[in-house]
This record gives sequence, C-alpha cells and structure tokens, in this order.
Amino acid sequence: MIEAVGLTKWYGDKTAVHDLSFQVRPGAVTGFLGPNGSGKSTTMRMILGLDNPSSGSVTIGGYPYRKLPNAARQVGALLDAKAVHGGRSARNHLLSLAQLSGIPARRVDEVLGVVGLQEVARKRSKGFSLGMGQRLGIAAALLGDPQVLLFDEPVNGLDPEGILWVRNLMKALAAEGRTVFVSSHLMSEMALTADHLIVIGRGQLLADMSVTDFISANSADFARVRTPDTEPQQREKLTSALTEAGGHVLPELDGALRVTGLALPRISDLAHEADVRLWELSPHQASLEEAYMRMTQGVVDYRSTVDQRSGLQQPLPPGVQPPMPVPGQGQPGWYAPPPPQPGVPYAPPAPAAPGPEAPNPYAVPAEPTKPEDSR
Amino acid sequence: MSTQQPPMPEAPPASGGLPSGYSSPIPVTPTHLGHALASEWTKMKSVRSTVWTLGVFVLLVVGIGLLAAVAVRNAGELDGQNPLTLGFFGLLLGMMCVMTLGVLTTASEYGTGMIRTTMTACPSRGRVLAAKSIVFFVVAFVVTLATVSLVALIQTSMLEGNGTRTPSGAEWLKATLGISLYIALLGLLSLLVGSMIRHSAGAITIMIGAVLAPLVIALFMNAGSLEKVQQALLEYSIPSQMGVFYDNTLSHSGPSGWEPLWIMLGVTAAAFAGAYALLESRDV
Repeated sequence: MIEAVGLTKWYGDKTAVHDLSFQVRPGAVTGFLGPNGSGKSTTMRMILGLDNPSSGSVTIGGYPYRKLPNAARQVGALLDAKAVHGGRSARNHLLSLAQLSGIPARRVDEVLGVVGLQEVARKRSKGFSLGMGQRLGIAAALLGDPQVLLFDEPVNGLDPEGILWVRNLMKALAAEGRTVFVSSHLMSEMALTADHLIVIGRGQLLADMSVTDFISANSADFARVRTPDTEPQQREKLTSALTEAGGHVLPELDGALRVTGLALPRISDLAHEADVRLWELSPHQASLEEAYMRMTQGVVDYRSTVDQRSGLQQPLPPGVQPPMPVPGQGQPGWYAPPPPQPGVPYAPPAPAAPGPEAPNPYAVPAEPTKPEDSR
Repeated sequence: MSTQQPPMPEAPPASGGLPSGYSSPIPVTPTHLGHALASEWTKMKSVRSTVWTLGVFVLLVVGIGLLAAVAVRNAGELDGQNPLTLGFFGLLLGMMCVMTLGVLTTASEYGTGMIRTTMTACPSRGRVLAAKSIVFFVVAFVVTLATVSLVALIQTSMLEGNGTRTPSGAEWLKATLGISLYIALLGLLSLLVGSMIRHSAGAITIMIGAVLAPLVIALFMNAGSLEKVQQALLEYSIPSQMGVFYDNTLSHSGPSGWEPLWIMLGVTAAAFAGAYALLESRDV
C-alpha cells in the first residue's frame, strides 16, 4: 500500500507536484496517468525517497521509503531504463544490485530468464536497444521479489510482443496480491492493464477512480450525421435545426456532423421536419483516449501547434482562396465536448467500451511468469 | 481519494502495517555495510574504466621510473644521493589516473542515472558512500603500493653501482607505504569531490586544478609583499607535499616527515563530512 498525503514538490518557483493525496492498494494494477511534465516521475521519485517532498509525505506500508526496513525486498522500481552504467554487463549490473540488497546471486539468473535477457546477460548494456533496456530495468525491479512494484513508463520502446508481455506481467503480479503502480501517458494502454486510475495534470489530482468508473463517467456517446455532400445548404439547415432543438453540433473533418445531446430518432425527426435528407446517422462512442485527452487538455504543458510554414509559402495566384481549415477534429488542442448529462437516452445500446472486462483476443491466461524459488 | 474502488478479489484482508498480500519465498536478509562493499566491488571490477585508469597508472609509474633510473645512471656518479627520490616523477603523472578513477567511481553513477537505481536498492545513502570510499581506497592503496614498491626496488638495484647511498628503513617506509597512503587519500578526495559535484569532467577539472593551480599561481607572485603567500602556496601544493615523502621538496620550511599525510587525511575527512551531508540532504 502506497499512501501520499498532501504531497508537494517545488523546484525553485516551479511547482512540479501540488497537494497530491492518493492511495495505491495491493492486489490491483493502479495506472498513473498524466501528460508529459505533469509530475508523474517526480511523484515516483518521492515515493522512492530519492527526492524529498517540499511538504506532505508519502509512505509505503506506513514507512517513508528511507525508513523502510529491507527496502529493496519490499519495493522494486523501474524508473528509467537508461539508468545503468553502459559499460557494465546486464548480469553484473543486476549482481551488484542483488549484493547490495542481500539477495542470493542465483536470483539474478532467474530474473534474467523472466525478462528473456539470458542470451545477452554478459554483453555490455551500452549496446542494448530501448526495449532491451526496459527489460533490464524490469529485471532489476523484480530482483527482490517485492510486494510493491513501481514502473515508470514500462512499455516505452517495447515491441508489441513486449507490450503484451508487460501487460500480462503487471496483471499477474497484482493477482499475486502485490501493489503495482504503473505510470503511463497512454490511456489506451492503461485501459487494458489497469484496474484503477490516478490521473494528474500539472501536478494536481484530476481523477482517482476505477477504470470502469472512468469509462462510464467519461465515454461520451454521440451521433454522426451526414447530409448529402452535394448540397452544403442542407447541412447548414440541419445544423441550425438541431441547435434550436438543444443539440450540440460540431463539424467533422470529412464534412459530417457530430451531434451530442439529442437521441438518434429525434435527430431523424428533426431532419425530416427540416426537409433534409440524411446519408448517414450512426451512434458512436468517444474513445477512452479522447476522454482522457479532454480531461487533461487544460493542463498540458507542452502543446504542439500546426506548422504554419508562414513566410515559406509561394504567394497564391490571385483569385485563389487559401484552403480553410475545418474547425474541430484534427486540430491540436481540440477534443470532443464533455459527455452529456446521464439520463439522456438517445442512442441504442452503445458498443461495449474497450475496458479490462472486454475479453482480449490476445490475452493468454495469466500464467506464473516467475518460476517458484526452489529452496 | 474516490470512494469507488474496483473489486479486488485477489486482495486478501490487510494485516499489520506493512503491505500485505504477497510474501516472497526468498528469505529476507537484513543488509549491512558488507553487502554494500560486495556490491561496490562488483561495480568497480565490472567496468573497463577501472582497468584502463589503473593500467595507465602502472604504465606511467613504472615507465617513467625506469626512464629516470636509466637517465640518471648514464649521467654518471651520484655521490650519496637517495635512489628512492626517482620514484617521484612517475607518480606526479600517475596520480592523475588515480584521481580520475576516484571521480568516476561516484560521478559516473550520476552521469548514467545509475545512482537512482543504487539509492532505491539501498536507501541508506551514507552506507553507499562509505562502501564506495572503502572499496576505492583499498584498491587504490594496494595498486599504488605494489607499483611504487616494484619501481623503488628496480631503481635501487639499478643504481647500486653509481654511488647512491643505501636508503634507511624509515625512508623506505615513507617512499612506499607513506606515498601510497597519500595517493590513495588523494584519490578518495577526488571520489568525494565527484560525489559533491556529480559531474565527471567538472570534478576531474577541479581536482587537477587543485593539484596544479597553487604552483602556477605561485610562479607569478614575484612581488615582495606576496612572498609569504608564494612560499605557502609552494610548500603546501600537492606535488610539493608528495615530494616530502622523498625528501625532495621545493623548499625546506614547509611540512616535513609524515605531515603531508595528516594534512591530506584532515582534508579528506572534511570532504567526507561535506559529501555525506550533501548526499543526505539533496535530491538524488
């Protein structure tokens, strides 16, 4: 169990983490989400006693990390896959850590087997790819067979097979009753791995709820409506009719309309009344990724902008209008509007959300990833 | 904290204050300094920079020592001189290697980020610093003592017929054990500076500056009013203090006998206290 109370960290006058309080429980994978620079890594470092909080505290099993007896046997962490001396072989790197924590050297070969690095165990880690580095970092985290595990961006640089392996490993570790705390900036990945979510932005807590709750609270249903492409005035007409009726209409890139707040039959009725033909009227569900983006859009520190290439463009020939960008989708910083209030039944049952409950066609039964210590 | 929690069928009821639910079959060993020493020894011997710096050190000390002996022998008679003084020249260059290795022992962990892994595995930071210091000091001392003794033996036997006097036991002790302790302490000081500066190139520059700057500065202090400062800089510069072990100083009023060793011991102890305090208080 990891417990943070009012955790705050300043670097000079910049606040990296502000008044963060949360609990990470055993027996579940807890995802830690936030945009780049939102304070995830800082929080992880404070949990591990590497950085001292400016105020507040964080404890593991009731102890601050630096007071934890046999810390290396209780907590394992992957912070940065590149945090190894490149000149040292993978095996020697792990061996030095094992010796430091009083772990038998035999365990080193065991974890090398678990992460699949036996072949390169005696190679210098300088030549490792990012994915191999991640595997070495995971091996270091598993070395002490700890009950609390922290992983900072564990799937960075892994191939699809590796991502699937990490996903199953996390679940298997949690199923053994361990506390697993995984940071990521990929909602889609967390939706598949985590049971519980802690979302932060600019160092502050945005959400602390189970994945199921997150999905139901944030996945917005909407309708896609397309009027004949050949008659743009029909689109205008429908837009005003729908807006009058209380709907929220947003244009999409391909000329369709995204309508929220109105049930599908009602949209059809309104179109009929306005004498507008429809080419498409379909129910949709916003992805979890989009819900997450919407939640964090106000707190993104590093935002990309459209490359204007101004000053580099050829002057347009007279009479030619520059292409107008379609407002909305596809533009940086634009995300679907918040979901309508619950209790507006306007769509047939939406397709099942991609949650952890959805059967994963690739999932293999959670097998024991670590052979039992024979002793 | 939200009130809704996901169902956790696997989570057994919490018991006690510690995170429960999983206990490792691997027996838990309470760790102590011995574990950290073993770990640091593994780290030290598993990187090439150790072999390189110490290899170059041995090469410099032995090579320059032999060259000096050959040159002196060809120069003719040496009426009553101490043959051990010739060992000084090789060490003057060789100590740079020991200092570099000392800095790399700590600073390279910061450069690579390894320090976070180390401090996560052992949150007792003082223990890590102590283990690094001990392992490095012992390695540097043993290598220096072996090299210096070998060179001294070769030099005395080569110059036996050239009129050199036979060095006394005390002179032998100073020129082998004394200088080896001094060089190892100088390396340890570099290690501690590396721990404080956390940057290899920066710490090496500081250490080389500390060795050379007093001599260079003193060179330009020709004004009469600065004579005392110039004198002090010359006498307490590190090369000059090393010369004391060979009775080969730039002046004869400064430290003498084993005094340089005590001075270096004091400086290193102060640096250890500083490095420890910084390590405990700073973010890793």
